[in-house]
Amino acid sequence: MRQIIDFFVRNKNFILFVFLFSVSLTLLFTSSNFHKSYFLNSTNLISGNIYEFNKSIKDYFNLGKINEDLSLENQSLRERLYNLTLKNQQYNVFNARVIKNSYSLTNNYLTINLGAKDSIKNDMGVVSDKGIIGITDRVSENYSRVISILNTNLNINAKLNNTNFFGVLNWNGSNSNILQLSDLPKQINISIGDTIITGGNSLIFPMGIPIGIVSSYKLDNTQNYIEAQIKLFNDMTNLNYVYIVKNNNKKEIIELNE
Amino acid sequence: MNKTITYITFGLILILFQQLIFNNINLFGYVNPFIYILFIIYYPIKNNRILFICLSFCIGLTVDIFSDTLGLHSAACLVLTYLRPVILKIAFGLAYIHQVIKFQNIDFKNRFVYLTLCTVLHNFIIFSLEIFNFLKFSYIIEKVFLTTLFTVFLSLIFSYLFKPSKR
Repeated sequence: MRQIIDFFVRNKNFILFVFLFSVSLTLLFTSSNFHKSYFLNSTNLISGNIYEFNKSIKDYFNLGKINEDLSLENQSLRERLYNLTLKNQQYNVFNARVIKNSYSLTNNYLTINLGAKDSIKNDMGVVSDKGIIGITDRVSENYSRVISILNTNLNINAKLNNTNFFGVLNWNGSNSNILQLSDLPKQINISIGDTIITGGNSLIFPMGIPIGIVSSYKLDNTQNYIEAQIKLFNDMTNLNYVYIVKNNNKKEIIELNE
Repeated sequence: MNKTITYITFGLILILFQQLIFNNINLFGYVNPFIYILFIIYYPIKNNRILFICLSFCIGLTVDIFSDTLGLHSAACLVLTYLRPVILKIAFGLAYIHQVIKFQNIDFKNRFVYLTLCTVLHNFIIFSLEIFNFLKFSYIIEKVFLTTLFTVFLSLIFSYLFKPSKR
C-alpha cells in the first residue's frame, strides 16, 4: 500500500498530465458530434458578448459596402415578393447578422445574433444574398451556431440547374472557395460554367437557391459518377447579413414519412 | 503568489490579443499565429509544476471556448507544458541544468532556438489533431511550417517589445 502511494506521489505530474490530456481529447472527440457540450461554445454569454462588441467596432469600417449589398438584396426580395402572392406561405425568412465567422479550420462554424428568443430552432437553413451559408446547429437564448458549408461533416443535396439530376455537396477542407459535388450520374450532360442550385429533396432549403458554378469535373474512382468542383457565388470570408429560412411544412412532411 | 497573479493576468491579456487580433489575420487564407503560447514559453523556470500544468490547461481551454475547437488547444498546451523541461535542456544545455537562465537576458540565438522548438511542437500537435488524417501529412507539415514561421517572427517582436520587468 505504502509503495502504491509512493508511486502516485512520485509521478503526480505525469498522472495529472495524462488525466488532463485525456480530458481534452475526450472533449475534442465528443464535441465533433455537434450536439454535446452545450455550454462551452461560442454561443455562451461572455464570449458571445465580447465578439459582438468586437464586431460593433469593426462595423464602422464596412458600412458603405454593407449598404450597397442591402439595397441589392432588398431589390431582389421585393421582386420575389410581388411574384409570390399566388402561393400559400411555406417559408418564413428571418434576417440576422454574423457576429463570428471562421473559414480557416477543417470544420468551421459561424455564430449569428438570433436565438431561441427569435423562434430560431435547430436544422434551419441559412442563406445570404448570393447563396447558401449553412444550417443552424445549436441555439441558445440570444445566439445560434451555424454549421458552415465549409465543414467537412456537412452534406447538402444539390442539383444542376434546369435538370433533375441530384448530387451531394460537401467540402474537402482545402480551398474555402471551392466545394465538391459528388454522386452525379455519368450520363448527364455537364459543362464548365453550369449553375448549381439547391435541390427540392431537402426539408431545410427551398428549391432553387443558387450555390455556385462548375469550375471543373472528372469521373470519380468508381468510374460511375461524376465529381465536380463548384466555385461558390458566396465569398465565405466576408459575411455580414444573412437570412434564416424556416420551413413551415417541415413537421407535416416528417410526420407523413414516418 | 503575487507573481502567479501577474502571470495569470499576462495570460488573459495574451488570450484577448489572440482572439481579437491574431485569429483574424488569415495570412494566405489560413495562417494564424498562436501568440498565446508565450504564456507557457515564458512561465518562470522555478515553478510549482502542478500549478503550471493546471494553468496551461485552463489557458488552452479558454482559447478553445472562444474558437469552438473544444479540447484542441488544451491538449497541445498540455503537451508543450509537460515537455518544456526537455526543450529547455536542448536549447540551453548546461545553463538550464545549473538553473542560471533568466528569460530577460538570454541572447538572440538561444531565444530563437527555444521559441522555434516550442512552436513547432505546439503547432504539430494542433494540426495533427485538427486534421486527424495522416494521409494528409504533407498538408499538416505545410500548415505547421507556415504557422511556425509566422508565430516565431511575431513572438520575437513581442519578446523584445514587452520584456518582463527585471526583478
